[in-house]
Amino acid sequence: MSFQPVHFYQTGTFTVGNRLLEPSERSVQANIQRTNSLNSGHRACQGCGEALGARYAIDAAMNAARGRLIAANATGCLEVFSTPYPETSWQIPWIHSLFGNTAAVATGIAAAIKVKKHKGEMGDVRVVAQGGDGGTTDIGFGCLSGMFERNDDVLYICYDNGGYMNTGVQRSSATPPAARTATTMPVGPEPGNQFGQGKFVPAIAMAHEIPYVATATVADLRDLEYKVTKAMGIRGARYIHILVPCPLGWGAASEDTILLARLAKETGIFPVFEAENGEVTGTLKIRRKQPVEAYLQRQKRYAHLFGKKPAVETIARLQAAADKNIRKYGLLDQEAN
Amino acid sequence: MEKPFAITLDPGSSLANHTGSWRTSRPVYIDRLPPCNKQCPAGEDIQGWLFHAESGDYESAWRHLTRDNPFPAIMGRVCYHSCEGVCNRGQIDAPVGINSVERFLGDEALKLGWKLTPPSSESGKNVLVVGAGPSGMSAAYHLRRLGHSVTVFEAGPMLGGMMRFGIPKYRLPRDVLEAEMQRVVDLGVKVNLNTKVDNILNTMQDGKFDAAFLAVGAHIGKRARIPAGDAAKIVDAISLLRSMEGEEKPMLGRRVVVYGGGNTAIDVARTAKRMGAEPLIVYRRTRDKMPAHDFEMEEAIQEGIMVKWLSTITQAEESSLTIEKMALDDKGFPQPTGEFETIEADSLVLALGQDVDLGLLDGVPGLEVTDGVVKVAPNMMTGHPGIFAGGDMVPAERNVTVGIGHGKQAARHIDAWLRGEEHVPAPQHEVANFEKLNPWYYADAPKTVRPMLDIIRRQSTFDEVQGGLDESTALFEARRCLSCGNCFECDNCYGVCPDNAVIKLGPGKRFEFNYDYCKGCGMCVAECPCGAIKMEAEEI
Amino acid sequence: MLKQTEGSHAVAEAVGLCRPEVICAYPISPQTHIVEGLGEMVKSGEVTDCEFINVESEFAAMSVAIGSSATGARTYTATASQGILFMCEAVYNASGLGLPIVMTVANRAIGAPINIWNDHTDALSQRDSGWIQLFAETNQEALDLHILAFKLAEEVSLPVMVCMDGFILTHAYERVDVPTQEQVDAFLPPYEPRQALDPTDPVSIGAMVGPEAFSEVRYLAHAKQMQALELIPKLAAQFKTIFGRDSGGLTHSYLTDDAETIVVAMGSILGTIKDVVDEMRQAGEKIGVLGISSYRPFPLDNVRAALQNAKRVVVLEKSLAVGIGGVVSTDVRMAMSGLQLEGHTVVAGLGGRAITMKSLHALFAKAIRGELERLTFLDLDWDVVNKQLERERTTRRSGPAAESMLRDVGVVAARIG
Ligand SMILES: Cc1cc2nc3c(=O)[nH]c(=O)nc-3n(C[C@H](O)[C@H](O)[C@H](O)COP(=O)(O)OP(=O)(O)OC[C@H]3O[C@@H](n4cnc5c(N)ncnc54)[C@H](O)[C@@H]3O)c2cc1C
Ligand SMILES: Cc1ncc(C[n+]2csc(CCOP(=O)(O)OP(=O)(O)O)c2C)c(N)n1
Ligand code: SF4
Ligand code: SF4
Ligand code: SF4
Ligand SMILES: [Mg+2]
Repeated sequence: MSFQPVHFYQTGTFTVGNRLLEPSERSVQANIQRTNSLNSGHRACQGCGEALGARYAIDAAMNAARGRLIAANATGCLEVFSTPYPETSWQIPWIHSLFGNTAAVATGIAAAIKVKKHKGEMGDVRVVAQGGDGGTTDIGFGCLSGMFERNDDVLYICYDNGGYMNTGVQRSSATPPAARTATTMPVGPEPGNQFGQGKFVPAIAMAHEIPYVATATVADLRDLEYKVTKAMGIRGARYIHILVPCPLGWGAASEDTILLARLAKETGIFPVFEAENGEVTGTLKIRRKQPVEAYLQRQKRYAHLFGKKPAVETIARLQAAADKNIRKYGLLDQEAN
Repeated sequence: MEKPFAITLDPGSSLANHTGSWRTSRPVYIDRLPPCNKQCPAGEDIQGWLFHAESGDYESAWRHLTRDNPFPAIMGRVCYHSCEGVCNRGQIDAPVGINSVERFLGDEALKLGWKLTPPSSESGKNVLVVGAGPSGMSAAYHLRRLGHSVTVFEAGPMLGGMMRFGIPKYRLPRDVLEAEMQRVVDLGVKVNLNTKVDNILNTMQDGKFDAAFLAVGAHIGKRARIPAGDAAKIVDAISLLRSMEGEEKPMLGRRVVVYGGGNTAIDVARTAKRMGAEPLIVYRRTRDKMPAHDFEMEEAIQEGIMVKWLSTITQAEESSLTIEKMALDDKGFPQPTGEFETIEADSLVLALGQDVDLGLLDGVPGLEVTDGVVKVAPNMMTGHPGIFAGGDMVPAERNVTVGIGHGKQAARHIDAWLRGEEHVPAPQHEVANFEKLNPWYYADAPKTVRPMLDIIRRQSTFDEVQGGLDESTALFEARRCLSCGNCFECDNCYGVCPDNAVIKLGPGKRFEFNYDYCKGCGMCVAECPCGAIKMEAEEI
Repeated sequence: MLKQTEGSHAVAEAVGLCRPEVICAYPISPQTHIVEGLGEMVKSGEVTDCEFINVESEFAAMSVAIGSSATGARTYTATASQGILFMCEAVYNASGLGLPIVMTVANRAIGAPINIWNDHTDALSQRDSGWIQLFAETNQEALDLHILAFKLAEEVSLPVMVCMDGFILTHAYERVDVPTQEQVDAFLPPYEPRQALDPTDPVSIGAMVGPEAFSEVRYLAHAKQMQALELIPKLAAQFKTIFGRDSGGLTHSYLTDDAETIVVAMGSILGTIKDVVDEMRQAGEKIGVLGISSYRPFPLDNVRAALQNAKRVVVLEKSLAVGIGGVVSTDVRMAMSGLQLEGHTVVAGLGGRAITMKSLHALFAKAIRGELERLTFLDLDWDVVNKQLERERTTRRSGPAAESMLRDVGVVAARIG
């Protein structure tokens, strides 16, 4: 069963909090005493979706782990903006080792905890690993797959902003087709990132048949928290892939971050679902379906599609991809059709 | 822990880095004016009282509501609720059933015996109110709350004005009316019934009144020049409805023709139906041109009332009427066609509007009367200092709510005037129109429909047609409110800020920005569902 | 307890006695027997409270080690050759973060051409990684060095590589004295980390450091190795009191006091060299040997002291700094700077090439005669080399050098591991 939004009480579970809901039904983020695991003073860009997603996810994990959590972090924006000497924004035990080894570092932490726990030197401490899409789907993929395959007791969270943002917005294997990056410029016969390349790691994670895989966005906080909480309640390898818009890399207004995440979901471009032991067990349905243009047009990385002569064909291909997601993951409610 | 230099850092130390310096514009919390509030003729803070109702605190909701309007049970039945017409929720699914929640609160108050708040001190001033209709009683209430001594002079035998002598009881049960009137009287308002004021200046002088508020309504039925035989039975709607309140019910016969297209015509026809007659409405124009509210026409049609559109009555006889067919010209005005027909009628009721009886103002200097109504300044004062007026007798829409609003405004101005001051209403906030909202967040929740009395009983009895909401449906309805322009503590700003720059102050206390860290991304503004934050350029 | 056992197994037993808490393993010859042994010991329960993790690469092995060590667990791994290059980024990271991981490097050549046999190229490629690097001469010393390594690593909070010659030591069955658990426990207290990931005392480890503090951070890494330089002899002394053996230390001198010719080397070849030296001494040559046990930190003063009265120094090393010559010799020369000494670099034993006593005899004699060049490749087959050079001069597409040469020497297919 996927997250069931409450469609009642003014805003139901769509807003962060809701004074009309029982405190137990409110989000972690609504709590006046939330951890703020990623504290103020970090150097993320204005409106950074990754900073937001990280606080959402780690606060939820902290809540689930009753404060007993250790995080390993890959190189990337999140690491750089959170821990430039002499200040760190993290309030939890946190380690950054390298760009491509985060899953393995987390495995090591989990192994140490297991031994220490057995020896009675440590209580039940949980481990999360986190990184950007580049650190996850590309350079860190080997370690990630190894961690999955061994079913190590680690929750890995990927903050997908569709590119190597920290190094100046280059293409990663999570960059969507047609998007402009510094290494997929909108020039030549196929402007922007090529179609038919790239990979969708949640599906690959599922192929490992690990106990839990989920996707989420910063636009659906309650769903995100539900998934992190659920993942924290499971032992073994777990993977959550969170779409986090990047105003800088996407060429979007800083206030549009959540809107864009929402549109990614509502268009079907980014399917939001969860899977247990390799099988999809729930999807977050599209609430108000939108054509892909609604999403694309707000981002300069797609500006070349909307020039004097709109790239109708390319847009149609992107729409087809979204429609395929909708079919594949059953993103539309029968009634909503 | 002996930490390796530079590589290992103390938790949360980034607080030393004040990223607020990056900001070029800053978010600020504001209250915008919800369209419903702006629209409400009685000036109710609808969003404000719904806010309390949303959490099930009906008494607070009722107290908040009655700060502006002491008659929610009446309003919840007879107000034409133009607020709902502008309600932003209408653009999502259907407007909030403001009126039905209002009625629920009103009924709840009556059921549980909640009392209005008495004045905290007495001003020693004496104010006269003429007319115990909604406008007069509203003024009495507000004046009393402001500590003035209030005396109401009413020509008729009972309180309520046209709400009693016009609006039929199947729409406004009399116990409800009486209870809400009585609650105002209980505040210490003196009432002189059966006391018609013939000369306002004398009455003021005799009673040593410092100021007066006139709300005598419009009670003289307009006549049409219809050639009529001696035996033709022609009555005016107001007298007819008034007689419904007396012991002797009027004798209309079986076939009753009602002439007119306003709400009064419909009320008369529906009243006649309930008395066993077969009413027929004759109206000059078409249904869409009719001044009556569509829902009233709809209810009438449901009850079996017939209408002859595009028709004028040219001749009345003892048991028949001659009718000329009309056609609309380019401008939508009805023009005679020269085609005639005769219909049977035992009586003809004229519902063509009312005029004001301004007899009590004869000889008052400074007054200005146009089109049979008394002109008032924005402060509701007539051309004669100390004499204020409102309701049907002044140029405005004629309905209960407008009258109540006039009464409230007049009371505030009278209060200031008595102190030799001028009441300056607080400047209106910017309107929270739909574009200011982020409607994504509101859960899908269609309007709750109020129960209706079954059709047989509607045709034969004067039982109230429209039912009220029960607790759960009222709560549901209240919670459909989007809280336009006013923070309702959804925690969105607190949640969505990537820089944790929003401080949550706790239940009922809303939020504050921490400008030390706010980078001015604008996400809180974009994601505030109700438009209660705005960006302002930072002064550089 | 004396035991006739394989070098790898002796090391595995030593590591087991050190009460490791996390062991990461990835197979590569000639290191495999060590982790295989440990894997079995953990699985059978001989070693308790230990997680043995089969990782998917050496990069992961070192990364897992980083994670576990940072969480306060005594952590061990082993690798060789290609493996150390594959984990290289993490090797630097472990030392940069100051994590006292102990890693065995079963020294092996680095390809291409791929070659599984012994030389020191792999370990020496990491000489600037910030790790402490200790070289074992014998299997007994290999065993002992692991016990010493944990103590050293944890005291200075730096990772330690214990280097032992692949096959020559790892696969050799010799008699070793395996200490008791009590002895090891007496020497090696439980690990008390300087910093650890701990929810009760959270810290951020691995911050980004800019120009304002980076030099200081690097200097401190150097300073720690300098501390190790002082600590290593002390630990060796301590070790001796408990285990009754001379093991570890910075350098081992053999007949150097009056020597005119001193041969400097690291690892198992020292044994062969000493045998040759013994024979030459019998023939009246004033020749001695200086074994370097601690390559990083490099004991400049000890080396200088040992060499200062000699006339010539021959550094015999199993590594090649392509384009210049020796690797170890560079450091030895630095130790000798200002001393009026003849210095020779001999590159020997690459990729498992046997270093025979005969060749050494000839080599040292040549040195004593003053005929040895500054850089010598021991037992190089000049025929093959010259042929290939000629081929390359004349044909543009001469094909891969290694294969052509193999054809020349008549080897058809090499077994690789
Ligand atoms: C049939 C009918 C149905 C209606 N239905 C609705 C409805 O559903 N909703 C709605 O909002 N509006 C309705 N209206 C309009 C509404 O009733 C009036 O607009 C409203 O009552 C006007 O209020 P008022 O206080 O100005 O005057 P009134 O309600 O007319 O009250 C004036 C009072 O003054 C008294 N009075 C008059 N002269 C004197 C005097 N000289 N001395 C002392 N007392 C005097 C009268 O007896 C009367 O009691 C309806 C009107 C009619 C006729
Ligand atoms: C081994 C290695 N290769 C390359 C880099 C340079 N590098 C640092 S961060 C980064 C991009 C990070 O991209 P991603 O993981 O998607 O995170 P983001 O910055 O987008 O959040 C790159 C390429 C590195 N630090 N290490
Ligand atoms: S570049 Fe993108 S991901 Fe990086 S800090 Fe800026 S907004 Fe965040
Ligand atoms: S949604 Fe609420 S506040 Fe907004 S207009 Fe409607 S009733 Fe008023
Ligand atoms: S979301 Fe935060 S940083 Fe952005 S404008 Fe609002 S308070 Fe400032
Ligand atoms: Mg990225």
